[in-house]
Amino acid sequence: MTTPILEVCHLHKHYPGVKAVDGVDFAVRQGICFGLLGPNGAGKTTTIEMMEGIIKPTSGDILYKGEAQGARFRNEAGIQFQSTSLQDFLTVRENLKFFSSLYPNGLPLDELVDICRLREYLDRDASKLSGGQRQRMLLALALVNDPDVVFLDEPTTGLDPQARLNFWELVNSIKARNKTVLLTTHYMEEAYNLCDEIAIMDHGKIIAHGSPDELLATHFQDVVIELPQRDFPDAAKNIPHRYLDKVTGTVEIITQDVNETLAQLIQHGASLAGLQVRPRTLEDLFLELTGKELRA
Amino acid sequence: MIKRIWATFFARSLEFLRDRSTLGWNFILPVALVFGLAFVFSGSGQPLFKVGVIADTLTAEAKPDKNLHPFLQMEHVEFYKVPVGEVETAVRKVGRHQVDMLLDLRAGQMHYWVNSDSQKGYFLEKLLLGGGGSALVRQSVQGEEIRYVDWVVPGILGMNLMFSCLFGVGFVIVRYRKSGYLKRLNATPLSATEFLLAQVFSRLLLVICVTSIVFVGTNLFMHFTMEGSYLNLLLVLFVGAFCLIALSLVVAARVSSEELAGGLLNLLTWPMMVLSGVWFSMEGTNPVMQWLSQLSPLTHMLTAARAIMLDGAGLADISGQLLILVGMSAVFLLIGAATFKWTAE
Repeated sequence: MTTPILEVCHLHKHYPGVKAVDGVDFAVRQGICFGLLGPNGAGKTTTIEMMEGIIKPTSGDILYKGEAQGARFRNEAGIQFQSTSLQDFLTVRENLKFFSSLYPNGLPLDELVDICRLREYLDRDASKLSGGQRQRMLLALALVNDPDVVFLDEPTTGLDPQARLNFWELVNSIKARNKTVLLTTHYMEEAYNLCDEIAIMDHGKIIAHGSPDELLATHFQDVVIELPQRDFPDAAKNIPHRYLDKVTGTVEIITQDVNETLAQLIQHGASLAGLQVRPRTLEDLFLELTGKELRA
Repeated sequence: MIKRIWATFFARSLEFLRDRSTLGWNFILPVALVFGLAFVFSGSGQPLFKVGVIADTLTAEAKPDKNLHPFLQMEHVEFYKVPVGEVETAVRKVGRHQVDMLLDLRAGQMHYWVNSDSQKGYFLEKLLLGGGGSALVRQSVQGEEIRYVDWVVPGILGMNLMFSCLFGVGFVIVRYRKSGYLKRLNATPLSATEFLLAQVFSRLLLVICVTSIVFVGTNLFMHFTMEGSYLNLLLVLFVGAFCLIALSLVVAARVSSEELAGGLLNLLTWPMMVLSGVWFSMEGTNPVMQWLSQLSPLTHMLTAARAIMLDGAGLADISGQLLILVGMSAVFLLIGAATFKWTAE
């Protein structure tokens, strides 16, 4: 069996009065995109920062290619934090050259610029880039050393849909180069599209782990029917349902037998004009496992 | 290692040079102060008479006992104690018009030194001779007057250098930590020592260039007294700036709040500005103040710089100050590197 590129064993991180990470174990195989998901305060950023070597665990081990993290890990890992500030008054080119100089080996600047589509912004002050351009530059900084493993901590937060799709393409191109990607995100669609394997964390523990499809198949054997509230007659209210959004007025019915439920709706005079049937998603699973209460 | 230090040094220097407002301020402030003070003190110089006294009997405040001679009861004259071992230096100061008169009131001595070319010395001599008391033997000293601006220019440049080193490095590192930039660097192979050395060298080069340009530029108009070697002066500048930058690393090692860093840096800079002899000599001040002034790197830097510029001191003469500065630098660097942290956690 091949040694995982990263192994996390019995990882704990305690702060006074808080168990931020409470006994986490998982392994990441070479060449996959591994997603670490969880609500705010679940402990995923603490976990990923311990894996990056930025903060020290209270206890537990983190192995890189079977060895304790050390100089080799520093040289072979690329990291993009949730938010990164850079030096003022430096251009994109100067930032790339500077970070490249900190590593013994790396990608040629031209190749890096092409991968991250930065050519037209190379001589622009890095502080004057748009959100998407800036994230691409930060990704380029994470790739300057041609890393074997790339950590991306919520890389698309705050980006518009085009910039997010563009970033997904970049992540897929990194995976295509047989790099391992460790991703945290709040966007379940992003995790579903990019990740080969995911772990869902809550209250410092891993509560689910597997491929997105495996997890969905394990947890759900039903589908979701959504229809506008105005099309949902009072007579149909004996069908188990819930109001998904009282403002827009959407009713959600979860069923294992679509035909039977549709027949009941028709029988009670419901209009099917605005009805949608969809399979369960990672977001459903996430909410099911972590609850729907608001997290700080 | 050298490659990483050079890259960090280059990036930081580029950031400083492109920050036009900060760069401009580093030039404008000292030039404005030098010319401003030269204008303010271009008339009759400092109004106070200053007389050094060598005496066996001192008061509780370590001042010469007024009962030793009726002249010591004279109003509007500042009398200060001259240690026996520093008589030669004090005589030189009379020659330089830095001290208006020197009295030796020890038993069996009873001399006074006065500069024949000094107006203030002339008046003081009349007062001394007309005031009664034991007769003193006159010793004449000659020499060109040291203008206040000659005396104060190392102070102004030193003060500017102190602010630039402490705030320019300390504040910047705290800002880097607060913004998360240090955290990003921590994710690279760059070590804390490499990062700190790059910051030290970058600021060192910049402050030496800025200070040298300001000195040369203002000297073109002011023609400062320069009795010693410019190379020695540059060495003092180098060692002094290094020490002040190292001190800033102690402040910046762990702090992640700019407000706290600002407070701590002010706590260091203001006493140094008052106690290091930037604007006035510490001679004749309270002994506790004089002792405290020895704790300030700026005191040793200014003492060495003035000794070179005004007295033509060589390296051997200022070796004591240089050794103290090197020692302080080593201690500050060790504390800074040992306590440094990358993140604001």
